[in-house]
Amino acid sequence: MTKFQEKAQILDRQELAAGIYRLTLHAPLVAGGAHPGQFVMVRTDDSYDPLLRRPFSIHQVSAGGDLQLLFKVVGQGTGCLARLGPGSRVDLLGPLGRGFRLQREDPVCLVGGGMGIAPLYFLGKRLLQHARLPEFDPVLLGAASQQELALLADDFFGLGYDVRTATDDGSLGHHGFVTDLLDQVLPRVSRVYVCGPYPMMRIAAAKCLAAGVECEVSLETHMACGLGACLGCTVQAPDGYAHVCVQGPVFEAGEVAWQ
Amino acid sequence: MTGQYDDIDLRVRIGPLRLRNPVLTASGTFGYGREFADLVNLHRLGGVVTKGISLAPRPGNPPPRIVETACGMLNAIGLENVGVEEFIRRKMVFLRTAGTRVIVNILGDSVDDYARLAERLTGVEGIDALEVNISCPNVRKGGVAFGTVPEMAAAVTGAVRAATDLPLIVKLSPNVTDIGRMAAVVEEAGADAVSLINTLIGMAIDCRTRRPRLANVIGGLSGPAIKPVALRMVWQVARTVSIPVIGIGGISRAEDALEFLIAGASAIQVGTANFYQPAAAEEIITGIAAFLHEQGEHSVRDIIGSLQVEAG
Repeated sequence: MTKFQEKAQILDRQELAAGIYRLTLHAPLVAGGAHPGQFVMVRTDDSYDPLLRRPFSIHQVSAGGDLQLLFKVVGQGTGCLARLGPGSRVDLLGPLGRGFRLQREDPVCLVGGGMGIAPLYFLGKRLLQHARLPEFDPVLLGAASQQELALLADDFFGLGYDVRTATDDGSLGHHGFVTDLLDQVLPRVSRVYVCGPYPMMRIAAAKCLAAGVECEVSLETHMACGLGACLGCTVQAPDGYAHVCVQGPVFEAGEVAWQ
Repeated sequence: MTGQYDDIDLRVRIGPLRLRNPVLTASGTFGYGREFADLVNLHRLGGVVTKGISLAPRPGNPPPRIVETACGMLNAIGLENVGVEEFIRRKMVFLRTAGTRVIVNILGDSVDDYARLAERLTGVEGIDALEVNISCPNVRKGGVAFGTVPEMAAAVTGAVRAATDLPLIVKLSPNVTDIGRMAAVVEEAGADAVSLINTLIGMAIDCRTRRPRLANVIGGLSGPAIKPVALRMVWQVARTVSIPVIGIGGISRAEDALEFLIAGASAIQVGTANFYQPAAAEEIITGIAAFLHEQGEHSVRDIIGSLQVEAG
């Protein structure tokens, strides 16, 4: 898969909820080759502070070469990105890493927590290219509150998926963990795709393993390059270490030594 | 190869090693070259210095291994690498077709390790030089870094010199009292050139958890934050030794590279900048040529060591 470096113009910035943004960029080279689950490394300017690019999973791409990022402001890098509006340019490297394996026929389940929902929308759209019946595919989405989750959940409803929600404060759907919703759907799906906070993915992975269902998780770590050179984005694997940027970010749940 | 600056001569010599321009990529920041092949015209580079290679593969340190700091980053990768046999069998296949000089960085736990590595790599097609990382701990001497004790640095250099006829560059640690003396002893022991600086040892703490941000507790600081220290050391060493000096440390743009050349470096290495700007090395090559053109200079060699210091 060819990687590109591209100056991408910001076309639109949408604030979905307090501190949560969806940016639309025109990046035809990166978007053209992107596969669900892959990521981009973003640099907002030539400043030395912050110095490093930040990784973002690809939220969706359009046929016209647009690409969306979904993120929450959590620190310096996301803060810089959130301040940029339409007309600004950012420097992208991508598409990077190994994405999700597309299941063509049998029912699948998507499980997203918080900003981990970002890559699942791209996956949800791409899965539909293979004549499937999305009403038989459960999409389980969790977030802190209704404000954070409602618009994202609507996107999956719009694709026709069987969407179920959970919130920490009970303001939308199940009051509790999104992984609580997994038990009732596991018996009728053949593969589960998970992206979210580490403890959520660990629980989902354990439940899938116990049920004998294939499970893929998308991991997040700090990384300096995204290209396999810095060797900084290490996670524990059963037989040693794995590097999230090239061996992931999507792993089979069994490829991760869960802590 | 520099487009509108074709009249500018960028060639330099590092002892017996001839480079088409003075811009190399630093060990540990450019993988084995292939990682950047989609993004960088490797044949434009003066050369690539590989990830440090040991006799046996090394898994590296537990995570977290990196943390960003103000204008820099700390790393404690733990010298993860594929080992010399895998390097020769797989990584060299690509590197020897990359159209650039290949300098293999080597590291070991003992003087004998370094000698065996040098012997094994000598004669392998496509390897143009060795760079010896002496910042590693000497496990036979209580884990003290070779590069911090002049006698140990000299012993490693001498052993590698005896084991190979490849051009030999010794990469110096800045974590010493007198960098000039370290350079002088490795020159005496047979080095063809010195490269400096390796990372400065540093640390970062998460005050909320009261834990170090690196699993290894301490790590190597790199990036623009260290450039002034590196420049000072390069200037000191260039005045002390007669072998060529390769400048490393926070070089991100052409002006940085030019400062090192003016301070006395015959070539430079781009390190951490490769992570956030893969095109950095190429941009620096073009930028050096543009600067020389603008200054009415024809050869990069005319500015090496051209620092003007007021007398008195």
